[in-house]
Amino acid sequence: MRRFKLIEHTADIGLVAYGRTLAEAYGNAAYGMFSIMTDLRKVREAESRVVELNEDDAEALLFEWLNRLLYLFDVERLLFKRCEVVEFDGNKLKAVCHGEKFDPLRHRIKLGVKSATYHMLKVDREKNRVQVILDV
Amino acid sequence: MSNKWSGPVEKIDDYRWRIPLSYKKGMRVPGIIYADKEMLEQIREEQGLEQVANVAFLPGIVCCSLAMPDIHWGYGFPIGGVAAMRIDDGVVSPGGVGFDINCGVRLLRTNLKKEDVMPKIRQLVDALFASVPSGVGSEGKIRLSKGEIDQVLVRGSRWAVEKGYGKPEDLDVTEEHGEMKGADPSKVSGRAKERGAPQLGTLGSGNHFLEVALIDEIFEPAIAADMGIDEVGQVVLYIHCGSRGLGHQVADDYVKEMVRAMAKYGIELPERQLACAPVKSPEGQAYLAAMRCAANYAWANRQCIAHWVREAFCRVLGICEADAGLEMIYDVAHNIAKIEDHQLNGKKEKLCVHRKGATRAFPAGHPDLPQIYARIGQPVLIPGDMGRVSYVLVGTERAMKETFGSTCHGAGRVQSRAAAKRHLTGREVLHELEAKGITVRAESLSGLAEEASEAYKDATKVVNIAHNAGISKIVARTRPIGVIKG
Repeated sequence: MRRFKLIEHTADIGLVAYGRTLAEAYGNAAYGMFSIMTDLRKVREAESRVVELNEDDAEALLFEWLNRLLYLFDVERLLFKRCEVVEFDGNKLKAVCHGEKFDPLRHRIKLGVKSATYHMLKVDREKNRVQVILDV
Repeated sequence: MSNKWSGPVEKIDDYRWRIPLSYKKGMRVPGIIYADKEMLEQIREEQGLEQVANVAFLPGIVCCSLAMPDIHWGYGFPIGGVAAMRIDDGVVSPGGVGFDINCGVRLLRTNLKKEDVMPKIRQLVDALFASVPSGVGSEGKIRLSKGEIDQVLVRGSRWAVEKGYGKPEDLDVTEEHGEMKGADPSKVSGRAKERGAPQLGTLGSGNHFLEVALIDEIFEPAIAADMGIDEVGQVVLYIHCGSRGLGHQVADDYVKEMVRAMAKYGIELPERQLACAPVKSPEGQAYLAAMRCAANYAWANRQCIAHWVREAFCRVLGICEADAGLEMIYDVAHNIAKIEDHQLNGKKEKLCVHRKGATRAFPAGHPDLPQIYARIGQPVLIPGDMGRVSYVLVGTERAMKETFGSTCHGAGRVQSRAAAKRHLTGREVLHELEAKGITVRAESLSGLAEEASEAYKDATKVVNIAHNAGISKIVARTRPIGVIKG
């Protein structure tokens, strides 16, 4: 199953992520975002972090989810190649994220992502599909 | 994915167009676009004008939702958007500033000529690349002690100067003296400070750059002379960057906060990225206090980078700073919200002016300008794309009357990053630039492709519209000889 597709936007870049469940779509959105940033084939699963969020609704959850991962990248320099959403309840999630610290000798950053935005942000609960535009 | 915008646009004159109030129910003011016919057609290719109309929904907006000639499709607000709100019943919107708070441009002059620098341009570009950390996730050379970040957030450039980065005179020629008042670090989250602490003194990535350029043409010699721009062939240097992860996190935190506040204050808008709160509300005041912190961080950032640039110049060319004449011309913000005095219906009124991808352009005689520019007006710095020209303008009285003292900020994208890369590879872009006599160092080759000239509007067309519309005056044009890209 296709995990995500990119959507073009003049100044920025967006993605639509899919899943068999909405939880999986959130995980794939994270995968899509890190794929935009780097070649994930070169990232090992050496470290993991648990992310737990409780937001006002599913849209705020998607916004915060991606931005929390960008925060972890900025502060801990962690690139995540697999984010498993293990608990999911509409506006709450718990995820175990696997990846490793950015190593300039082995990893190349293709594109920096500043933030997820609310612009055109969509959570499709029926089709288990989410859409987000990233500020790059 | 963007469709052509088919809404109504009325011609006011050759450089002004109106989206009428009747276009969408809920618009409080019309939209005004600064463009010529050709540029307007290009703008209509995407959804930027829909965003101009959406901004007109914001409570307390006065006059009109403005679009500068470099307008393009952004998120929430268009890039190139200006909106002014009343303080009493108006709102402030973090989306009207953007995620890179106080992204801006600094320009330094030199006493050097083309022939002084050209023989050593490769060494100079390499030295600049080595002295200024760039790229995604780049960490700076500055180590802030715990608590010191708060000093940076309150005192901005002044903090940097006191630490030995640059000179007190630099502060006079920085918007807000690089130290915006009303900054309160207690309104900035711990996460934002964690992101910002290791990144101070870094360029970042995306469209951020350092550029060594030559004065290519001087249109207003008397005005240029007051800025220290004396002759064609003179070397100048641009720094373009912002508030890094700190600003991004402040924006994230407050967009979320504002989404909640909208429900509380009963505000309804066409999209969440426009989320806002009344200027006078606790949420609005907290955002402004935090945004000013991020703005100060960005000014400190450019101040530190300017210091290393000066060192690198002197080291490579073997001259002292005084001989090099590396003086600041000016430093402007182009993503910011400010409380300013403007004339509204013949009365002076305080307004909250949002500039997102727009530059302040105050006229001669404005009390906020430094003494040396009282006569000529505020310098406005308009970087073009990597391979083409950039411009120095000054603010005008007409900008004060029509655009809340604002003008364009750059070339403005016309092609998505993916489209740019389909047309040219990073290596091709590199060869093209070198063929034009521009020496380039970039952190990432694909990043270089995304910033290719073809992806941008021609800065010349953009500034000509601003000039012909009278919202700024063209003073000089510069041409790049060396570029450092994040």
